Amino acid sequence: MKMSFLWTDMMIWLLVVALIFWARMIMRSPQTRQQWRRIYESPLAMACSLILLTYLSVALLDSIHFRLALPTQADSKQVNYDINMKSPLDLLFAHNIDHSERTYSAPFARNEFVSSIIVNEQGITEKAYLPLKHVATYLGINEGSGLDIFIKSIIAIIMGLMIGLIFVTLHMLWLKRGTQDSFGHYLQTVKQGKTQLPWRWAYATFLFILVMSVWLYYLNLSYHVLGTDKVGGDVLYNTLKSIRTGVLIGVLTTVATLPISIILGISAGYIGGWVDDVIQYIYTTLSSIPSVLLIAASILVVQVTIDNNPQWFETATERSDLRLFFLIIILSITSWTGLCRLLRAETFKLSQVEFVTAARAFGVGKFTILRRHILPNLMHIILISVVLDFSFLVLSEAVLSYVGVGVDPSMHSWGNMINQARLEMAREPMVWWSLLSAFLFMFVLVLAANLFSDRIQVVLDPRNEA
Amino acid sequence: MTDTILEVKDLSLRVGDETLLDNVSFTIKKGEVFSLVGESGSGKSLTSLAIMRLLPDVIKVSSGDVTLYGKSLFSITETSMQRVRGKSIAMIFQEPLSALNPVMTVGKQVAEALQTHLKLEGKAQYTKVIELMEEVGLKDSVQRYHWYPHQLSGGQKQRIMIAMALACEPELLVADEPTTALDVTVQARVLQLLNELRQTRGLSILFITHDMGVVAEIADRIAVMKEGKIIEQANKEHFFTAPEHPYTKKLLADALPQHTPLDQTEMHQALLEVNNLKVYYPIKTGFFKRTTGHVKAVDGVSLTIRKGETLALVGESGSGKSTIGKAVLRLEDSQSGEMIFDGINLLPLTEKQLKPLRRHIQVIFQDPYSALNPRMTIGNIIREGIISLSTEKQTTAQQDKQIAELLEKVELKAEFAERYPHEFSGGQRQRIGIARALAVKPKLIICDEPTSALDVSVRAKVLRLLRHLQKEEGLSYLFITHDLSIIPTIAHQVAVMKEGKIVEQGSLNKVVLNPQHAYTQQLLNSAPKMTRDYIKSIQI
Repeated sequence: MKMSFLWTDMMIWLLVVALIFWARMIMRSPQTRQQWRRIYESPLAMACSLILLTYLSVALLDSIHFRLALPTQADSKQVNYDINMKSPLDLLFAHNIDHSERTYSAPFARNEFVSSIIVNEQGITEKAYLPLKHVATYLGINEGSGLDIFIKSIIAIIMGLMIGLIFVTLHMLWLKRGTQDSFGHYLQTVKQGKTQLPWRWAYATFLFILVMSVWLYYLNLSYHVLGTDKVGGDVLYNTLKSIRTGVLIGVLTTVATLPISIILGISAGYIGGWVDDVIQYIYTTLSSIPSVLLIAASILVVQVTIDNNPQWFETATERSDLRLFFLIIILSITSWTGLCRLLRAETFKLSQVEFVTAARAFGVGKFTILRRHILPNLMHIILISVVLDFSFLVLSEAVLSYVGVGVDPSMHSWGNMINQARLEMAREPMVWWSLLSAFLFMFVLVLAANLFSDRIQVVLDPRNEA
Repeated sequence: MTDTILEVKDLSLRVGDETLLDNVSFTIKKGEVFSLVGESGSGKSLTSLAIMRLLPDVIKVSSGDVTLYGKSLFSITETSMQRVRGKSIAMIFQEPLSALNPVMTVGKQVAEALQTHLKLEGKAQYTKVIELMEEVGLKDSVQRYHWYPHQLSGGQKQRIMIAMALACEPELLVADEPTTALDVTVQARVLQLLNELRQTRGLSILFITHDMGVVAEIADRIAVMKEGKIIEQANKEHFFTAPEHPYTKKLLADALPQHTPLDQTEMHQALLEVNNLKVYYPIKTGFFKRTTGHVKAVDGVSLTIRKGETLALVGESGSGKSTIGKAVLRLEDSQSGEMIFDGINLLPLTEKQLKPLRRHIQVIFQDPYSALNPRMTIGNIIREGIISLSTEKQTTAQQDKQIAELLEKVELKAEFAERYPHEFSGGQRQRIGIARALAVKPKLIICDEPTSALDVSVRAKVLRLLRHLQKEEGLSYLFITHDLSIIPTIAHQVAVMKEGKIVEQGSLNKVVLNPQHAYTQQLLNSAPKMTRDYIKSIQI
């Protein structure tokens, strides 16, 4: 096995490490800790952040790449590696990769969706819906699959509940450590929702997510729960792989825009004068160019460069990853202006406020004032817009891929799925499951992010304090 | 004049488990000015909102009733209530700026009120608007009809508000701190207008204020509120001559700061000498931002502050007094002039040369809420100055000790160092602001309206603290204020400013008791009678 380090993998893991450090840092301030507690006092925020966390863990699971060693030939000592990169998620879904079908099939179907012309045993040529190669092969041809699906669902739900309850119990034991409470009594308080944080809702969401995932995974071992696509690939697997693309574009782009918009916004607002003029001219110019045009042009340049230099890449995944990497950079160049504008205005307002004047009267240096007085008072704006931008970018990835200037066509992404669905929807009868799966997974992610940002806004915005 | 217009009976309001108003009862008769007085948070404004049925949704009426001509206002539908608002009861607010729509001409806004309630249209409507604008004393009302709110001054805007309120000839006018945001001269004129209207129209007014001086000018009957209760109700004469409740007595006593003559300082040498200071703001126009002219915020001001003395700088808003304060702190660039502090001219110094001198001049602000960074603990707020201007290295423990001492000096507890600003009241925040300024052992403190956002009882305490500190530490103050009543308590010298220039300056005696300049006389005559009598009574 050989580890491969993709650009975007490194970025996302670096970000995770940075996030952990940041969390540790803010937890040291009692005021911020209090604020985060207040955010999670809302059951909705609790549920949303668990959903977001689930997406993030899928994306992270899919962000470790390695190449498995091929069986060595007897006569050569050199170890050759598989040309296809694998991630832990791929290993989990190995059966889906290996068991691909011929073409479209509907969710839970046992036959192909399109008829094929075959010659039957009597030698007559006829049209028939061929059975799928890898679906419930243990069932007889004329046996219905309803009962099998039902039994498997029950097993999956029980399994999911059991695993979930073990985790919930462990967590409750951890929560009540150091208290004299008996476990039964503590369980009662949680059930009645009397804990300070709404753990009851957290557990409910957690159990729901877990049962859903176990159900999907377990049934997908013998069926295609969300159907198959044009070349017989499992749609559930495609959608799950798309999570990484969506989350990465959302998260990394927002994080990449932050330094630009914070530094430029604050300098424009605080220093003023010609610095302000220059920064304003830059962002008005940038935001008056249609961003799709800019992205299309840049992606074209990147793609041509990639095509002219095949020697840079060992595998196809590396090629598409580089395109994703540049897409993230280009998107961050075009999307920093909104936050920058907000921060400029807010900084300008704050720099006139009297506590800043007091600091200036003390002769405190400009950078110290920015760090100590202005930045902390901008944090709520930054946080809110980070979460909102995230959902906007997830959606814009889909739009860009649909237009054809998004990620590499060979890469799993919701945008590519929707792009293909354009043709599928035109078929008669319609192939609807690809679009539906992409839509559902994207919708849940964006909705959770938006609801979470609402809660952040309510808690962190000083105007809501009263 | 005995017929009752409005009766509030046992009104109680609550939000959650907290009682905001507790059995408030009073009646207002025809042609009467009924005044609700009390400190901030006592429930005055809530009472008026409850009468108008404009309370926020979270606040619930738990008991009581409000009746207008014997008809309950709480039992009628919202649609009928809308007819009552404006037509029977009208309201004017403290902040005329935010109560007027900035993108509509003022004439149109008055006309709108007429249209909604009286269904007046066309010519008749226009004539009525002009009539109303003249009635509230706006000159050139034909031209002003087409003006936008930003083209009018604060006093004129308040007049427009009153014209709108009067448009439908209400029986009762609810005035919530209508003069608080106005300068004294304007305040005097608005009060006079309200008085006239009361007489000519037989209007009843519910007048809400915290200013005892204003109450004495206008009210017929007075109710004192404290923590959601009315604790005393009396006629004006009775109220001012024989208050019964101890809280009322205290409120009246604090209304005018107790005057204990300042120690006459022998002529110390000058600490700060400002000569011919000019602060101009450039007016930039056009695409290339060329400077085409200047706003002369401070235009050739000279003044002297001696060691251990206070110079009060008096003037109306926009007269440039705060700009002088900022210029002395070197936070505002001055055009020309001299500013000699302890023998050194500050103006030509660079920021680096200035830094060691910064600790000698500190500042206290008007608004105690924006003066402290909400994201820093009190300890760190005070520490900032200690660190940035200290001459020798100190350990954190030494700093903590110093912070504790400072907090005790301003009569706060040392434990407060760990807390955040939002946990404190306005008066406490102002003390923290003073402690922050004292942290660097300054010689001169610029006090920019430090008491105007505070309740009277708190104001008295802060003034006492400032005087005490002056005596103890030998501080000098540049005391910027528009409140004439506190000048005798704090000032040794007084300078009166108008439009960027000082029109008169000299000792307290000379300026206040024997004003020479017409503007000073006008300013003193505009103060409520109570303040005037008080100033005259002082023997310096």
